[in-house]
Amino acid sequence: MSFMPDILWSDKLIFLLLASLSASAWYVRRHEHLLLPWRRVAHSATAMVSLMVLSLFLLIGLLDSLHYRAALPEKNNGETVYSPDVLSVFDKLVTPLRTHTEKTYSAPLAVTLYAKESTTDAQGNVVRDYPRLQYGGAHLADEASRDGDIAQRSLIGAAVGLIAGLLIVFATKRWLQSRNWPKRPMFVAVLIITILIGAIANLASGYHVLGTDKVGQDVLYQSLKSIRTGLVIGTVTTLVTLPLALFLGIAAGYLRGWVDDVIQYVYTVLSSIPSVLLIAAAVLMMQVTIDTHPEWFDTTASRADLRLVFLCLILGVTSWTGLCRLLRGETLKLREMEYIQAAQSFGVSTLRILTRHIVPNVMHIILIALVMDFSALVLAEAVLSYVGVGVDPSMISFGTMINSARLEMGREPIVWWALAAAFTFMLVLVLAANLFADAVRDAFDPRLNRSE
Amino acid sequence: MIAYLIRRILYAIPILIGVNLFTFALFFVVNTPDDMARMQLGIKRVTPDAIEKWKQQHGYDKPLMLNRAASGTGKITDTIFWQKSAGMFVLEFGFSDDGRSISREIATRMGPSLAIALPTFMIGLVVYVSFALMMTLFRATVLDLAGVTLCVLLMSISGLFYIIGGQFLVSKLWHLVPISGYAGGADSIRFVVLPIIIGLVGGVGSSSRWYRTIFLDEIGKDYVRTARAKGLSELRVLFRHVLKNAMIPILTGVVVVIPLLFLGSLLTESFFGIPGLGSYTIDAINAQDFSVVRAMVFLGSLLYIVGLILTDISYTMVDPRVRLS
Repeated sequence: MSFMPDILWSDKLIFLLLASLSASAWYVRRHEHLLLPWRRVAHSATAMVSLMVLSLFLLIGLLDSLHYRAALPEKNNGETVYSPDVLSVFDKLVTPLRTHTEKTYSAPLAVTLYAKESTTDAQGNVVRDYPRLQYGGAHLADEASRDGDIAQRSLIGAAVGLIAGLLIVFATKRWLQSRNWPKRPMFVAVLIITILIGAIANLASGYHVLGTDKVGQDVLYQSLKSIRTGLVIGTVTTLVTLPLALFLGIAAGYLRGWVDDVIQYVYTVLSSIPSVLLIAAAVLMMQVTIDTHPEWFDTTASRADLRLVFLCLILGVTSWTGLCRLLRGETLKLREMEYIQAAQSFGVSTLRILTRHIVPNVMHIILIALVMDFSALVLAEAVLSYVGVGVDPSMISFGTMINSARLEMGREPIVWWALAAAFTFMLVLVLAANLFADAVRDAFDPRLNRSE
Repeated sequence: MIAYLIRRILYAIPILIGVNLFTFALFFVVNTPDDMARMQLGIKRVTPDAIEKWKQQHGYDKPLMLNRAASGTGKITDTIFWQKSAGMFVLEFGFSDDGRSISREIATRMGPSLAIALPTFMIGLVVYVSFALMMTLFRATVLDLAGVTLCVLLMSISGLFYIIGGQFLVSKLWHLVPISGYAGGADSIRFVVLPIIIGLVGGVGSSSRWYRTIFLDEIGKDYVRTARAKGLSELRVLFRHVLKNAMIPILTGVVVVIPLLFLGSLLTESFFGIPGLGSYTIDAINAQDFSVVRAMVFLGSLLYIVGLILTDISYTMVDPRVRLS
């Protein structure tokens, strides 16, 4: 085989989440009363457009979660040797972005490096000038034709994107006909997204659209790679928070007595520690463990990945207490309801009451809390990486991008593009998540009075 | 009330012991003191002698929880856990890895932390509540929509952006205030103005939106309709009735953070080079100074519990129906 699949821990968890998400979607589709609030979400134009943006990010993240190791050309005693570099399907798709590295900084869409260098020309004179980039604008004969070429490329790209977008719109129009969705905003969003993708993709084939960083890596590539890290942090963490909060919260609220006392004690202790300090302490400890056991990891990617999974675990352990408290309170209220008392007097077992009567009635709280937490977690990653307790420095993430770019603000002229790219991508992701979460909360929260 | 307070304070002790046990387990059970010594001395080429010496210097050469070799109470007191934790309950935090007294450091660094955190908190509270009241006054109009949109946008921007952008714009381009640093006395104003403003801008999105929800919850209630029916102006209804009744949910979120102001803000302080407790913690994290991190964790949870008690007391002050018992 020319490659060997290399499934990292976070990949497994991501696909586990995707599978459970699909399973719950399938279940909800078959139950009209569960589907009803989602119909309300689907009525909202902002929610649907945000969902489309999120899906795009999710697609990039999923493609970036299929990892493999390519085979090396030379063989060892007839056995195939695999490269130590772990790549993903997404890396393969954007190979030019990944491999076209320059010497050092270059501005967005530039054809020359950021700094002057001494070169010797044909006559043997030493000239100080901005050297041309190895890849960015390399197809141009002279630098003056750059602007025209950029305009041409982006127009052609946008046109192709527009056509692709229109095709999508016409293809889905029939399918959407019977649905009561806000079609016009969605179609406009599709067109804007495809036009942007077309223009950027066409430009990226000849230029570094967002410039290059200190070691000459393409900033657009880094920004796209950061999406997966952000998504993993935002979603895998829920795998930890959800079982802890659900199980303990309901147990405390329903069983009361000493169970309640113990659980309350545990979450008061945990929540009384300032979360950044708790995360910092836990990550420091993890760092010591990882550094003293280098034999656990066969590639640097697997080490960085395990650190990421640990970070999610730690974030989960520090953030379940809020949801647990909410669930406990709600269960305390529910257990006094008549239908629960009826079930009790019929002799229904505690486990069955919990699973059949309590859990379905607290689902909306869980859902709202999870979608609200997502954006906070994505933002927290950047802060933690800055403090030095975030993801592995070798892993591309918004936090590591900001952290390395921050030190370059003092240069003259300033290197702003890496920072701007990281903040813009983060803003789009978090804003979409926030708007979607708002719509979900409005649709699911029974306290809000609705006029329909 | 007094009995209630005593009970709450007594209840705080098991929680603080729990915090201590938890951090202790985190620091010393997952990794042995030998691992930590190796980490501090550099992974490669450490002799067992060097490790022993480091452990002895920093007081890690005892058994973890139970000293079987000692006699009497020594079985418990002559251990790392006792030596490192017992002092914390009387606010004796011991020494950091570079040999300085942590309690002294905390006392001197509290000032700069408060110089930033306190004004940010006070001005923030006034600004956020007024902004939220304004949105409530113009609810369901274009102004309200614009306000909410602005809030969502502001809260979707990373806090790092406000700091980096603010430093770049105000200090580097306009040269209005120094980029970072701190000075005592009246001179400190030049250094604290920018962090305070950035702190305010960074918090306005989530806070104002949250207060707006609280006010909107209140405004649908019957007493508001009664007040309007009496002929009170909308402004009077808002300030005299809604604001007063919204005090309980507001206090729940606000009072608990007041004691934590002492700890300062990790990010702001380290970006602006303020010698407060936040930057102290960050430096300790980067230098992997476990004694300092543990001291800060303990202090943080102590202040949090103080905040919870203060919250309960504040309830009785704004709502005469609340009795503490």
